[in-house]
Amino acid sequence: MSYLELLKLASPEAIVVITALVVLTIGLTTGREAAGATVSTARPTGNAGSRSSTRSAALCAFVAVLGLAVAIGAVLMLPRNATLFGGMLVITPLTSLFKIICIVLAFFTILLTTSEKSLRHRGEYLAIVLLATIGLMLLVGSEELLMIFIGLELLGLSLYVMAAFDKTDLRSAEAGLKYFLFGSTSSAFTLFGISLIYGMSGTTGLAAISAKLATASVQPLLAVGIVMTLVGFAFKIAAAPFHLWAPDAYQGAPVPSAAFIASGSKVASFVVLGKIVLIGFAPVHGSAAWHGMVAGWSPVLAALAAFSILLGNLVALAQSNLRRLLAYSAVAHAGYTLLGLVAGGRDGFSAALFYTTTYAITLVGAFGVVGFVRHETGGDDLSNFSGLCSRSPLMAGCMAIFMLSLAGIPPLAGFFGKFYLFRAALQASPSHGLLWLVALALFGSFISLYYYLMVLKFIFVDKQAEAGADHRSVMTDYVLQTSAISLLAAAVLLLGVMPDILAAQILAAMP
Amino acid sequence: MIAWTIYITFAGALLLLFLPRIFARWIALLTTIGGLALGLAAFVCTPIADLAHFATIVRVPWVSALGIDYHLALDGVSLTMVLVTGISAVSTVLFSWDVENRQNEFFFWLLLVVAGCYGVFLSANLFLLFVFYELVIVPKYFLIAIFGSTNKEYGAMKLTLYSFFGGMFVFIGILVAYVTGGTLDLNQLAQFQFAPGLQSWAFPVLFFGFAVLAGIWPLHTWAPTGHAAAPTAGSMLLAGIVMKLGSYAGLRVAMNLFPQGFQMWSKSIAVLAVIGIVYAAAVALRQSDLKFVIGYSSVSHMGFVLLGLATANVLGVSGAVLQMFSHGVIAALLFAVAGRMIYHRTHTRELDALAGMNLSHALPFAAFTFVIAAAASIGIPGFSGFVAEITILIGAWKAYPLAVWITGAGMVLVAAFTLRALKQSFFGEAGSGVVRLQEGRVALDPDWNEQQSITAAEKIGACLLMFATLVVGVYPKLLLDRIMPAVEAMRFLKSGG
Repeated sequence: MSYLELLKLASPEAIVVITALVVLTIGLTTGREAAGATVSTARPTGNAGSRSSTRSAALCAFVAVLGLAVAIGAVLMLPRNATLFGGMLVITPLTSLFKIICIVLAFFTILLTTSEKSLRHRGEYLAIVLLATIGLMLLVGSEELLMIFIGLELLGLSLYVMAAFDKTDLRSAEAGLKYFLFGSTSSAFTLFGISLIYGMSGTTGLAAISAKLATASVQPLLAVGIVMTLVGFAFKIAAAPFHLWAPDAYQGAPVPSAAFIASGSKVASFVVLGKIVLIGFAPVHGSAAWHGMVAGWSPVLAALAAFSILLGNLVALAQSNLRRLLAYSAVAHAGYTLLGLVAGGRDGFSAALFYTTTYAITLVGAFGVVGFVRHETGGDDLSNFSGLCSRSPLMAGCMAIFMLSLAGIPPLAGFFGKFYLFRAALQASPSHGLLWLVALALFGSFISLYYYLMVLKFIFVDKQAEAGADHRSVMTDYVLQTSAISLLAAAVLLLGVMPDILAAQILAAMP
Repeated sequence: MIAWTIYITFAGALLLLFLPRIFARWIALLTTIGGLALGLAAFVCTPIADLAHFATIVRVPWVSALGIDYHLALDGVSLTMVLVTGISAVSTVLFSWDVENRQNEFFFWLLLVVAGCYGVFLSANLFLLFVFYELVIVPKYFLIAIFGSTNKEYGAMKLTLYSFFGGMFVFIGILVAYVTGGTLDLNQLAQFQFAPGLQSWAFPVLFFGFAVLAGIWPLHTWAPTGHAAAPTAGSMLLAGIVMKLGSYAGLRVAMNLFPQGFQMWSKSIAVLAVIGIVYAAAVALRQSDLKFVIGYSSVSHMGFVLLGLATANVLGVSGAVLQMFSHGVIAALLFAVAGRMIYHRTHTRELDALAGMNLSHALPFAAFTFVIAAAASIGIPGFSGFVAEITILIGAWKAYPLAVWITGAGMVLVAAFTLRALKQSFFGEAGSGVVRLQEGRVALDPDWNEQQSITAAEKIGACLLMFATLVVGVYPKLLLDRIMPAVEAMRFLKSGG
């Protein structure tokens, strides 16, 4: 294997790395003085400084978006199948598809940053977003535990910084710290689990682990290893009872960071978790069927799913801040998605991936609207959303699409996602053994309709508290962001009306 | 061609989002008239023989990953329902002609409900049917919560959550049928032999899930609150069509797919239906709000539909379908009078307050309409309500004689509360003197020019509905000829023996 060939296969990642460095350089050379000036003189009359910093920010965003677009092109140029170094870097239709999805999510996240006023040092921020994107791509494109761990750490460290990026906001610091503490603990768990698995099987490649485990019986040590690994990932996907970081991180972090944590990080984590349990741990599957529970990872995931669905939905009922509400609903959605993994097989995995992808798209959009309202009214409590439909019908309509999709109302993507997931879960075990979990999930989505409708009630039914100060200026500031949000809403609607666009792709890409 | 009822209604809804306000009501009217015209055209043009089975109209692959087709079909039962949807929709738009507030949005939600209803009645694929079924729920919330009156946010949320609660069970039932039968196509599933053990629990899950929307006792409480909270158009659509979605889907899906399960549970359905008829009628007798009276009467009349379905014979089930049509028209008419003609002018629906106003002089046309509607509702021969209910009772006599006796008593109650409402609202003690009006309510001027009070749009709408109930009442063969063969073709009758 020559280095040239390696570079060719890793070209998407390489392009994103280069973009990150270029963006960093641009940020350091052009925006720095201007941004520094605004900070030191604390809103002086210097319009020139802020204008040049705006221009630098726009340049950074433009370069970042361009780099991502080139990276998508590079992914499309990759060969269909390739494996490097025993699975450290794997290229299959599935990994290529999800690399593209991760890049697209990063793309929209960057669009959301364009009008975010609170982010100083735009170049650095965008570079970190790009680094996190590389983490996602490594995660998606690897079938080897060490590489997965490196991807997790790269992603995690970037996200901690992104969460704490708004230095003027105490909540942002809190979000960063909490996310960091929980995240590093979860990394420790994962590493511990991985080391046990390695000890049992003597290898870190997922396929090789699977082959080794097939002959071994389920020993306590192996069970500990599996549970530890799963716990680490449960932190990442914010499944209860390992979700405690999520509400604070979602609420405190700058809006684009929260959007990225809720979307990109989640998609990649589910892809990896799916690979680990369905490929690596395949022989110790177990069963989560009602009367036929057998030890293995699937009862563990089923329990996590059930607990997440109940806790997430019930606690979300009591939230008065939209971002916290989204955080708890994220816990519930992690629970639904786990159903697909519990079901296993091609069907279950592709259902889980479809669901988590549409969910990520929805959440980026929802956070975009949150950013818009925050910009407009200075807060993101539910009461800040009152009368949004008279201030900005477009944003209100988009939010309605996002919320109803999350609630699983047809013809939106969330409904088809749920149908696909639940059907896979029901089909997976003979004589409807997973019916208990499906029924629980449906009950959860019944509860969730209430709080999603409450959000829409604030937007559509309630009168505006005070007259919107300068609605026009907000609209012109946000033209890029609003068009990005509308695009996402259109995508959610399209994926609901014609789910085949994505579902058939995922299914075809399944090994 | 009849598939276009769905498309033009959706297209109309979309147009409303983009066109300026002055076009709003015209677009809504044209769209609904288009839907009705298509329904009538299909009614006239389709040979009766073709309506005996659920014949495919459109079938294209939709989601290949799950083998879901976009599949629409038509038989006599669905044609009847499409017709009543068209009639109610047109009159609904006419009765909301002068909605002032957020007009585009109002008609947008309204058309979404109508389009979803058309979709449910024409779907021949379980997934598609469920998509349309759930699609109806959310627009109702906005219609009521934004444009409603009494206690609107509570009523809207209650109604939505009840519907979704039923929808949850329907979802489970559909998934079970799909996973076991391996297809979502209704016609194929209706051939599939489900194991009796499965049927015994899957049938009630599916049927009662649907029946929540049909207002089955004891899960009916959303209906009166929802109807009272809704704007007039909302109550008309809700009582007129949306409640029928539940009973229609129960017939089309639950009973057809799980005939043995249906046999096991039909007696319980009959019991609940009879309780519903009598209980709701008794409650209606004690209501002081006119809309609540009509709301409970809807529950009572829907009880007849459920009783008809539970008889499991051709007469009973055909009568149930006829009752769905008849009640769709009558309920719309009653709500139109109560919510629009009376409330819009007097700003009260309290029977006691109305009794002092002597409205029959001030609003003779409204009084006339209400008399017709009440007569149809009580089941006076010559109106559709009589034909439908008598068919159901004849059917029920074969299956549950006792139920017929109890229902007969219930019908007396129905007559009692309807006449009470009629007397109090329009023919109260004239000149009994002091009417204590609450703040913000306007007393009617007895010498008010009738031309001013009842608008032309309202008159046309009311005439359309009265015409429909009269035609079917006088010549029920028109519909029964189309309904009965379709019902005979359904599976539960054959295996039911």
